Amino acid sequence: MNKPKWNKDYKAPSSWDEMFFGASNGVGILPSPNSGFRTLHPEIDSKACIKCMMCWVFCPEGCIDKSGDHLEVDMDYCKGCGICAAECTKKCIKMVKDGETE
Amino acid sequence: MSKKAFLSANEAAAYGVKLSRPHVVSAYPITPQTTLVEKLAEFLANGEADFKYMMVESEHSAMASALGASMMGARTFTATSSQGLLYMCEMLSYVSGARFPIVMVNANRSIATPWNIFGDQRDSMAMRDSGWIMLFVESGQEALDTVIQAYRIAEDPEVMTPVMVNIDGFTLTHTYDMVEIPGQEEVDSFLPPYKTTNKMDMKNPKTLCMSVGPDFHTEGRFLQQKAFEAAKSKIVSVNEEYAKLTGRSYGGMIEEYRCDDAEVVLVAVGSVAGTVRVVVDEMREAGKEVGLIKLRSFRPFPKEYFESVRDKFKAVGTIDRSISFGFDGTVFSEVKSAMYGSKAKMANYIVGLGGRDIPKQQIELMYNKLFGIASGKNEAEVQFLGMRWE
Ligand code: SF4
Ligand code: SF4
Repeated sequence: MNKPKWNKDYKAPSSWDEMFFGASNGVGILPSPNSGFRTLHPEIDSKACIKCMMCWVFCPEGCIDKSGDHLEVDMDYCKGCGICAAECTKKCIKMVKDGETE
Repeated sequence: MSKKAFLSANEAAAYGVKLSRPHVVSAYPITPQTTLVEKLAEFLANGEADFKYMMVESEHSAMASALGASMMGARTFTATSSQGLLYMCEMLSYVSGARFPIVMVNANRSIATPWNIFGDQRDSMAMRDSGWIMLFVESGQEALDTVIQAYRIAEDPEVMTPVMVNIDGFTLTHTYDMVEIPGQEEVDSFLPPYKTTNKMDMKNPKTLCMSVGPDFHTEGRFLQQKAFEAAKSKIVSVNEEYAKLTGRSYGGMIEEYRCDDAEVVLVAVGSVAGTVRVVVDEMREAGKEVGLIKLRSFRPFPKEYFESVRDKFKAVGTIDRSISFGFDGTVFSEVKSAMYGSKAKMANYIVGLGGRDIPKQQIELMYNKLFGIASGKNEAEVQFLGMRWE
């Protein structure tokens, strides 16, 4: 999936000298994944999908990736809101309880 | 070369801004804005100053755009008053938490409702915990000088905290006095150009105004508190350095006036300190041992000073032009807690709300009340004085 890479070299401050100033820090640091509060996740039936991109447009997290052969959801940032499923033209996105799969 | 001019405190402050050479001034020009920003616009129109003037659609946007400019490393100024300051409230902590040294002048005016455009300090006192350094001035001259000092304090690498310079509405902002305007070269020698690494820089990119979770949040707030502690000595040393340059000193965080052998003292904030001075002189003339503690810095609060005078006076009164409903006058509760353990009698006088005058007689009454409680008389600790009906 084409997603921003975690900056593997990034080390969190380990002393007062390394502590960031105010609210400024280096770049390339992804915020913590926010998938923790998700209870449902979308599963896309790629065979039924017509790539109309309605889900991609409406996803408030911008976490649907269209770079591959079929759409993929970045589960680090999907918050499980279900907007994609509600907007899907072909009704081919199902919201599935986390930990379970269709 | 310095020169003298007959100016309102708003105009005097505008001269302080001009001499500080800001890169950006952002302001919302409509009520409750004051003539300060009009004067700045005039400087710009006359070619006397050279900054980018951003006219925005609200005070919230004024502070937001000041923040944006400061993020670019620009020296930035804005001004507001009353409801405008309250509307700005959300942005105040954005600026202070991210440590951008913006200087703002607030014309102290009451807050609605009932609607009242006149002077008191309820607007700024409501912003007590915004993370801004809060200075209060007594005169137009002090307004001009304090704006210049404010940039030195705010931009100090150990401080890097925004400063709110408070000028009492109408009593100062709209009254005229002779003011000495320092020469540009004098101010330039005192206030070097602003340099910082806390800015947007294409060669050294940064995330600015990021979010910080529970893991590092406390450490950041601890550093803010440390900056305020550092500001305490900077406010004093910057004032001393300024005094060497111009001959004018305001004492730093506080100024004691005839306190040395005083039995009772009043703590005053802002323009009323001027009236208190006159009353002190008159009462001293009559042999009464009274003094004035002018509180110039409300945040940081000069806790150490008040600790040091814990046993010095028989009674300490605090004049408040604001009140924290359900408790005390805003300044009084700070004075009382800083003097914890003192045997001095304490009293709080709430006056001058919504633009009501504070006449000399009222201050004399305060001193007499203080002599009363010092000699054992019982009185309510918090009192509204000069009410229509007792
Ligand atoms: S569930 Fe919500 S967050 Fe997740 S992919 Fe669908 S629209 Fe985006
Ligand atoms: S909305 Fe449905 S059909 Fe359209 S691209 Fe998304 S998954 Fe495919």
